Amino acid sequence: MGFFETVKEIFLQYYPLFWDGVQVTMLLALSGTILGLFIGLVVGALKAIKPEPRDSGLVKALKRIMGFILSVYIEFFRGTPMMVQAVFLFYGLKPYLGWSPMVAGVCIISVNTGAYMAEIIRSGIQSVDRGQIEGARSIGMTNVQTMFSIVLPQALRNAFPAVINEFVINIKDSSMLSVIMVADLFFQGNSAAGSLFKYTETFFIIALIYLCLTFITSRVLMYIEKRMNAPKKNNIVKAGEAA
Amino acid sequence: MSMIEIKNLKKSFDNLEVLKSIDFHVDKGEVITLIGASGSGKSTLLRCINLLEIPDGGEILMEGKNILKGEIDVNQHRAHVGMVFQSFNLFDNKTVLENCTIGQIKVLKRDKKEAEKIALDFLDKVGMKEFAHAGSTQLSGGQKQRVAIARALCMDPKVLLFDEPTSALDPEMVGGILDVMKELAAEGMTMIVVTHEMQFAKDVSSRVVFMDKGVIVEEGTPDRIFNNPTEERTREFLGRYLETEN
Repeated sequence: MGFFETVKEIFLQYYPLFWDGVQVTMLLALSGTILGLFIGLVVGALKAIKPEPRDSGLVKALKRIMGFILSVYIEFFRGTPMMVQAVFLFYGLKPYLGWSPMVAGVCIISVNTGAYMAEIIRSGIQSVDRGQIEGARSIGMTNVQTMFSIVLPQALRNAFPAVINEFVINIKDSSMLSVIMVADLFFQGNSAAGSLFKYTETFFIIALIYLCLTFITSRVLMYIEKRMNAPKKNNIVKAGEAA
Repeated sequence: MSMIEIKNLKKSFDNLEVLKSIDFHVDKGEVITLIGASGSGKSTLLRCINLLEIPDGGEILMEGKNILKGEIDVNQHRAHVGMVFQSFNLFDNKTVLENCTIGQIKVLKRDKKEAEKIALDFLDKVGMKEFAHAGSTQLSGGQKQRVAIARALCMDPKVLLFDEPTSALDPEMVGGILDVMKELAAEGMTMIVVTHEMQFAKDVSSRVVFMDKGVIVEEGTPDRIFNNPTEERTREFLGRYLETEN
């Protein structure tokens, strides 16, 4: 039997299993990206708060401690492989949390993505023109109001391409969570290949499926980004309608 | 009592002394123009008044209260000291109307309806009412500066600070902005204007303040400063200006 015939056979026999895997993979990638973005927004915004000359000693100390803790979080999750994080956290916390692989998987990919998102948001915040902040401060808005109403919305928009990129990376990197028995696409491919002893053919299919997922996802999101950046239709209305 | 009284104000950036012992006061209803070469400290003085820069020493009394001593809430102070920037600093993610309402709603705690009504009145005053729902990035420089003035007016300012409001504008836009400022001056608004528009300083200000290298060299009525300056440095500065203008 030729290579492609075997591929076809495997696909016909195992596609329900692969479909299950695709759903788990996309669920991991999507929830990891969304929750990670949320974590990144909070951590990135907190990281942008620096001790100021007017702060009291206690406030300065608290800000420094918070900054240090956030740096440790970011460095740990960016500086170690997610596979290692998954094994360490899943088995380490299992006695206390009693979590299933899927729950653990969502948590780990979210926390891992959050560390990358924090850096993405931080640089997004830095890319916002300093004048925007001065404008807000000049009308008496507080630091927090300025951050949430003016800076973060613009930072998010600037960071959107990098956020898309994280989603695409998560589709691929969620495969590492199969190490803690999360039944994602890689895990299902592995069980199919193991029972048939046909690794090359099976993972040819798995690779194609991953490629489709990342390709379609990035195209759709790029389209959305283009729409977001398109000049808004002219909203100028006549004086009477304005009120 | 002066509206603003500044005593012995000092400010340095790293080792550069930008303000060296400034004494200065502003009465209600006065229009003060600050003139001087770039780097003379006039913008820094302006920015100290609404605490965008924190002075290193001295006192700033606003209606008798020392704003550097924690006697006031910094944000409430800023809310009532309007600032118009050279680079407009409108919020890029907001419409024209939202630019004018966000401070009223979040800082002055007005309800949205009231804030919008006030905003539309002031947008009308500066000739921008029909752009109320346009995105602020869609506007030209002159239009942006009009909106920025309306945004400041919406906060019921006790005093308006202008930091070279026309320096970033195309020449044909400058006149319109100066007209808006003249109108405000005529209505009795207290204003401090950093500017290179000497004609505006001559025509509109009640007092002209000439600064050089971090000190106030001379101040007086426009007539006295422009026609009979007593200090050599003032004469030199104005001489250079008249040369370039002719």
